[in-house]
Amino acid sequence: MKILNCPLNGPRNVQEFVYGGEVGEMPDPATCTDADWADFIFLEENRKAVIREWWCHAPTNFWFIAERDTASDEVLRTYPASEVYKERRDFAAPPEEKKDGGA
Amino acid sequence: MSGQSHRLPAPAGLLIDRDTPVSFRFEGRRYDGFAGDTLASALAANGELLLSRSFKYHRPRGPLTMAGLDANSYVQVGDAPNMQADRLPIRDGLSAKAINVKGSLRNDRDRWIEQISAFLPVGFYYKAFFRPRGIWNYWEKIIRAKAGLGVIDLKTPHDYHDKAYMFADVAVVGGGPAGLGAAIEAAKAGGEVVLIDENARLGGALTYARFDAAGKRAGALMASLREELAARDNVTVLDEATCTGWFADNWLAVVRGNRFIKLRAKQAVLASGAVEQPMVFHNNDLPGVMLGTAAQRLIRLYGVKPGKRALVATGNDAGYGVALDLLEAGVELAAVVDLRSEAPAGPWSVALREKGVGIVAGHTVWEAVPGPGKRSIVGAVIDAASGDGKVAGKPDRIDCDLIVTSVGTSPLGQLLCHSGGRMVYDEALHGFVVDTLPKGAFAAGSVNGRHDVDAVLADGRRAGWEAARAAGLATDGEPPQPGPRDSLNHPWPIFPHPKGKDFVDFDEDQTVRDLENAVADGFEDIELVKRYTTTGMGPSQGRHSALNAVRITAKANGRGLPGAVVTTQRPPFKPESFAHLAGRGFEPVRHTAMHHRHLELGAQMMPAGLWLRPAYYSPEAQREQAIREEATAVRQNVGLIDVSTLGGLELRGPDAAEMLNRMYTFAYAKQPVGRSRYLLMTDPTGAVVDDGVACRFDEQHFYVTATTGGVDAVYRSMLRWNAEWRLDVDIANVTAAYAGMNIAGPMSRRVLQSLDCDLDLSAEGFPYMGVREGHLNGIPVRLLRVGFVGELGYEIHCPASCGEALWDLLMQAGAPFGIRPFGVEAQRMLRLEKGHIIIGQDTDGLTIPHEADMVWAIAKKKPFFIGKRSIEAQMRNRPIERKLVGFTLPPGSPLPFECNLVIRGYDIVGRVTSAVDSPACGGIVGLAYVHPDDAAPGGTFHIKLDDGKFVAGTVTALPFYDPDNKRQEM
Repeated sequence: MKILNCPLNGPRNVQEFVYGGEVGEMPDPATCTDADWADFIFLEENRKAVIREWWCHAPTNFWFIAERDTASDEVLRTYPASEVYKERRDFAAPPEEKKDGGA
Repeated sequence: MSGQSHRLPAPAGLLIDRDTPVSFRFEGRRYDGFAGDTLASALAANGELLLSRSFKYHRPRGPLTMAGLDANSYVQVGDAPNMQADRLPIRDGLSAKAINVKGSLRNDRDRWIEQISAFLPVGFYYKAFFRPRGIWNYWEKIIRAKAGLGVIDLKTPHDYHDKAYMFADVAVVGGGPAGLGAAIEAAKAGGEVVLIDENARLGGALTYARFDAAGKRAGALMASLREELAARDNVTVLDEATCTGWFADNWLAVVRGNRFIKLRAKQAVLASGAVEQPMVFHNNDLPGVMLGTAAQRLIRLYGVKPGKRALVATGNDAGYGVALDLLEAGVELAAVVDLRSEAPAGPWSVALREKGVGIVAGHTVWEAVPGPGKRSIVGAVIDAASGDGKVAGKPDRIDCDLIVTSVGTSPLGQLLCHSGGRMVYDEALHGFVVDTLPKGAFAAGSVNGRHDVDAVLADGRRAGWEAARAAGLATDGEPPQPGPRDSLNHPWPIFPHPKGKDFVDFDEDQTVRDLENAVADGFEDIELVKRYTTTGMGPSQGRHSALNAVRITAKANGRGLPGAVVTTQRPPFKPESFAHLAGRGFEPVRHTAMHHRHLELGAQMMPAGLWLRPAYYSPEAQREQAIREEATAVRQNVGLIDVSTLGGLELRGPDAAEMLNRMYTFAYAKQPVGRSRYLLMTDPTGAVVDDGVACRFDEQHFYVTATTGGVDAVYRSMLRWNAEWRLDVDIANVTAAYAGMNIAGPMSRRVLQSLDCDLDLSAEGFPYMGVREGHLNGIPVRLLRVGFVGELGYEIHCPASCGEALWDLLMQAGAPFGIRPFGVEAQRMLRLEKGHIIIGQDTDGLTIPHEADMVWAIAKKKPFFIGKRSIEAQMRNRPIERKLVGFTLPPGSPLPFECNLVIRGYDIVGRVTSAVDSPACGGIVGLAYVHPDDAAPGGTFHIKLDDGKFVAGTVTALPFYDPDNKRQEM
């Protein structure tokens, strides 16, 4: 069983972690094509390379990013998501601004 | 009977206690042995070498390795199949039986199978039983009855097995001279060292092998190493323990007794030694043909004389040591036959010659001559050998009852291969060597190609020192490096015989010809040969067959040996029992704060995720009646249900509403404080995955409920997305911190009003969908006016520590109003009458809100929520093909089951998701997916029932009960 180094909790058995998929940029849902969106939702690139992945330490629900070599299965580095996502993300308002829907 | 005709006097017999006699049975017959004996050694002491019948041909088999490294020794003990006779300690009353025999081991009635072996060539299953179609189903039963191992008893009672975790700076696998050297050197550097050894006594080859002509070296070295080890208090010795798997980052699986140990080591040294390899000749598998180290183990460890008159066949100097051991044990030596053209001139051969032993160089054993029933051997046929597996054709018969072979070893490096190491064939050394080590691993001793005992020890010390240094321990005084690798291997101890029965793999009954035929059939690569012939796939996993199999394959396919590798090695190294893997079989369950009250009230509990919830409150026999009565109580008076298992999340901060807006389909920015609002969550593909209620207690504080099974995923998903969005919100999972109960029914307000409450509970002061924080008789509560069951009601959440007190309070206050506790079954009926869906029951992994008729829960003008883009794309590109509707059935119809199909013409268009015989609606009501064209109220569709009959459902507007929702809004 591998050891994964959680940036919050230190080295722990990989059994304690949940995989969250490859780190990928969500295209702007207001402007992207259906094909781009489907690619983002359904397709994995499955590259032989060092890739960035989301991992969550389940007991503490701490999400972080791991850089892993998919050929050797070696985790080269783990770090908090804030190292990549530094700023608040907002989504574009719809073209015409109206009152919120709701009940 | 007594006997023990082959028992040697002390000091032979390191492991046995002659003061503790033990009586046991094998194949129904009584034998005597001593404590410390294994089943195989005790039988050998009684002159009995026959242990088993082979897997395919039912040939008699006896001890081969005496080290638990072959399947010849498999026996059945009671309900335990496949116990290794050469590792199984005897005890009084032990009764073992042979496996895979018809009748008795001595006179196995299936032994005729060998006579037709010519018609059972390699791959004969594939060739013979594939046509006509289905014929395998007939033959499989017959073949399985004839070939196989032990018998599984399906009624075996559970016995106690458990698991333990251990940690080490340096773990050492193997307690021979290399492992001892490694453990001692690592221990000198401080830190925690764990030494794992399979045997009852540490020392490995030092306990049974010979390292000098005088036979004194091993004992002296053992004594000094034992002293060195005893001086260290930081070494934990796990003896009689087997490391069965070596996983990433040095995670070692260790089986010891009834315990399965998971050992994590910073660095690990493999000092598992090497396993002696058989010589291949005609009848090389019969009882009486054994490896040199097996004979040495019998003599030194168990004080057993392996035979009366022996022939030693050797291809290395170690065989001469074995010959000296046999002589010392009083075995008459017929001859030493050396495959090499010249016998060595060292002290061992000198000593042998002095004792008058004939040494025949340049010769091989060509055949073993079987005794009656092939249960023993009575001689050997030797012949001059030319070194490449051919003989001169001038056979010479020598009488003997024992043939001992010593032609080389193969490193036991399987564990290294589990975690990414590699072994390749080294032409100069005529065998496999460890070529690549995984990270954090070291190899030492004979597994690492050292065979001289001083080199083995030096290599162990070197590896232990290096491992300690790599583990960050303080090392000093680097030990000297051992010399280069050497080898005991003869290059070609393989002599194919025209009559075959020259076994390469004893487990699977594979001969030289089988391997050659596999290559001829086109399976040229060793990995394919392995699968086609099953060589190396038996319980021994190729430990005694891989080396010769690779040699034969390389010759047959013409590719030669350079670059040959060991076939893929996978855990476990040795068989693990399921009991070890299962351990104590914990099944964690969660109890709510009111759990004991439910039991006292006679509830039948059912699992809900990890939780237990009351299904209904009555004996099982009155199930239907109880559910109807509970539901009726809620409709007519008042009921109380435990809803503590519902998930609870707190969202606090300036962006709490924005977070909900993104995670759920509805809009929350303008939700008033003191009100609740429905929550529907879709995943990135647009599928409905959870629902609940958002209660706004403050501009910046929402209390959010989620489904019992979904809350952990919902919570994790929120944190995952916010790791990316960076909204200013704090999210906490408070599910277990709150107890929850729903008091529902027309009398529920009056029950609460009879308590000491600091809230205005009137319809005007606390309307439907309102939420309040206050106190009930001093217990802090959150009250939610929600209507899952469709009656006036209050969901009450309080600190879990107060849950039982609040339950008691409500049951007491409700008594005058006829309050009844109700369970999950009644609640499901009540919610179905109101047409409320249950996520996961009435939806599946593909349901988008439009299919579940929940478009009303989607805010149209929000820029974003998870799933929004996918739902829009689907609705734009492809109309929905099914729709969830309410339905009723004609009076007298049978109740459909969930997942009964909805059929339209010849197509499956949907399924029933929920159905119940409702007392309030006076008949069967349910939910089903139907074709969109049939989905308008009044339409009909066809449900195929379990018995194949059809029933016509009528689409009915939801809710079935109280269509104007007057009752819940009272």
